Amino acid sequence: MNMTARLRKIPFWSSVWFILGLLYFVMPLLATFEFSLGMERDVIGFKAYESAFADPEFLETFGYSVFLATMTIMVSIILIVPTAYWIRLRLPEARRIVEFITLLPFVIPAIILVFGLIRVYSSPLEVPFLDRLLDTKIVLVQPLTNFKFGTNVLIIGGYMVLGLPYMYRSVDTGMRTVDVRTLTEAAQSLGASWSTIIVRVILPNIRTALLSGALLTFAIVVGEVVLASFLGVPAFGPYLFLLGQHRAYEPAALTFTTFLLTWAAMGIIQLITGGQEQVSGAH
Amino acid sequence: MTQITPSASKMPTPRSNLKNWIGVIPFFLFALLFIFLPSLRLFVGGFTNADGQFTFENVIELFTQKYILDSYLLSIRISAVTALGGGIFGFLLAYSVTVGGLPKPLRSALVTFSGVASNFAGVPLAFAFVATLGRTGFVTAVLKDVFGYNIYDAGFNLYSFLGLSLTYMYFQFPLMVLIMAPALDGLKREWREAAENLGANSMQYWLRIALPVLLPSILGAMILLFGNAFGAYATAYALTGGRLPIITIQIGAQVRGDVLHNPNLGNAMAMGMVFIMAITLAGYSWLQGKSERWLR
Repeated sequence: MNMTARLRKIPFWSSVWFILGLLYFVMPLLATFEFSLGMERDVIGFKAYESAFADPEFLETFGYSVFLATMTIMVSIILIVPTAYWIRLRLPEARRIVEFITLLPFVIPAIILVFGLIRVYSSPLEVPFLDRLLDTKIVLVQPLTNFKFGTNVLIIGGYMVLGLPYMYRSVDTGMRTVDVRTLTEAAQSLGASWSTIIVRVILPNIRTALLSGALLTFAIVVGEVVLASFLGVPAFGPYLFLLGQHRAYEPAALTFTTFLLTWAAMGIIQLITGGQEQVSGAH
Repeated sequence: MTQITPSASKMPTPRSNLKNWIGVIPFFLFALLFIFLPSLRLFVGGFTNADGQFTFENVIELFTQKYILDSYLLSIRISAVTALGGGIFGFLLAYSVTVGGLPKPLRSALVTFSGVASNFAGVPLAFAFVATLGRTGFVTAVLKDVFGYNIYDAGFNLYSFLGLSLTYMYFQFPLMVLIMAPALDGLKREWREAAENLGANSMQYWLRIALPVLLPSILGAMILLFGNAFGAYATAYALTGGRLPIITIQIGAQVRGDVLHNPNLGNAMAMGMVFIMAITLAGYSWLQGKSERWLR
């Protein structure tokens, strides 16, 4: 086949749309990359990256974000896997209500979520109605927004909410493909306890689903800025935002790095799930 | 989306007694603490006046205070524009790699890229667009130096409605691709062949068969895109620094400090947003049900 015949086989309009899409995708990345290389006058180099990575505050905030992401993923798995498992096995009538709840984060944007969290948890938790009866107050917990551990609890809870639709769907899809009932019965007949079943039988069998849910959560949490900045958490998102206010090149370098990280996370998901598309949304 | 798997109902389900519900208590407790309680607080607050009594005042003020209404309308406009634009462009892209005849590897490349781009939002996205279409941005410079066309002289501004829309499009059309590619796969080859046997040309096939079948999916996806843009905050804030008063920015200002001098009005604003988002999600799931009649 000669060149023109081969070219004729490629549909014209499809190619036009594809190339346009490609340009839209690539241009901002190319521009950011190009900009990030120009820190030193007349020299193209990675000075901005060196400078950005050398900032101790970058390491601290990024490390903190990774910590938050890890905690979010772990607690999410501890919460969601047994729930999804139990629903599949014992409580199918709870499926609708639980699925409904997992979709609620789509209705409640991050800014509303953090607003509500602050409204609820910025006042101390007291024994209800006691002040009306006895005229005294017994404070059970200080306002969560006032101390570090409390804020961590709030933000991890908030991130779990943001990741809930993706995590639950991943886990539920994973459990659909393996027959949890048979696996459970087999394990039970061998005398395994509930915790053994979940940790040693169910978890390994849905590890692909867990990994894709975890990576998606990671991608959401690491660059997240709304919850972190309103709750006053020193995470990477607010750091990048502030850096952008008074620096030019370092933020571009970090932006490009963030993109590569997101790319890595999505690439791995694509690889392990074999192209099962993950539909998600940006906030 | 919500369906009870047949295996669950066919299996001899163990007697469902109340004891079984104990297993899901942690999940419901989590939902109560981090979803329901915060929402409920905003909801109740929206209907409470400064003295703690029930009132409709705050809700009425949403419609009578011009700048609040304007913020809602601006958010709705920007979400509608980017949902429509992103929807059309995303559909064409999904078309090009599914039934459009482009080679298979391009499809998985596009899907992966869409997965990345639809998650690439917030501060980094804003920075990337400043580097692209800002006053000294890459594309701005190329257009000026190579084509002699200064878009800023022509009235373009990245920190405007158009600029923000272009930025939102970066995560909007990839989402459309992710939703539409599987839907386009659902078009059966037999339908096309049957239509062609009956003498239909390509145009007639698309207008009379394919598009009507796909329409619920397309509209549903666009509604999802609408909600996606409507709830966005960080991208707009990082890009415009609050100069474009969309509703999320207004709410953000209210959370930072009580700029309205009425905390409960802020609650009502937040509930108004949730209300609009709820409508979009309901519309989406209704259309989702419609599209399942033909596809998959």
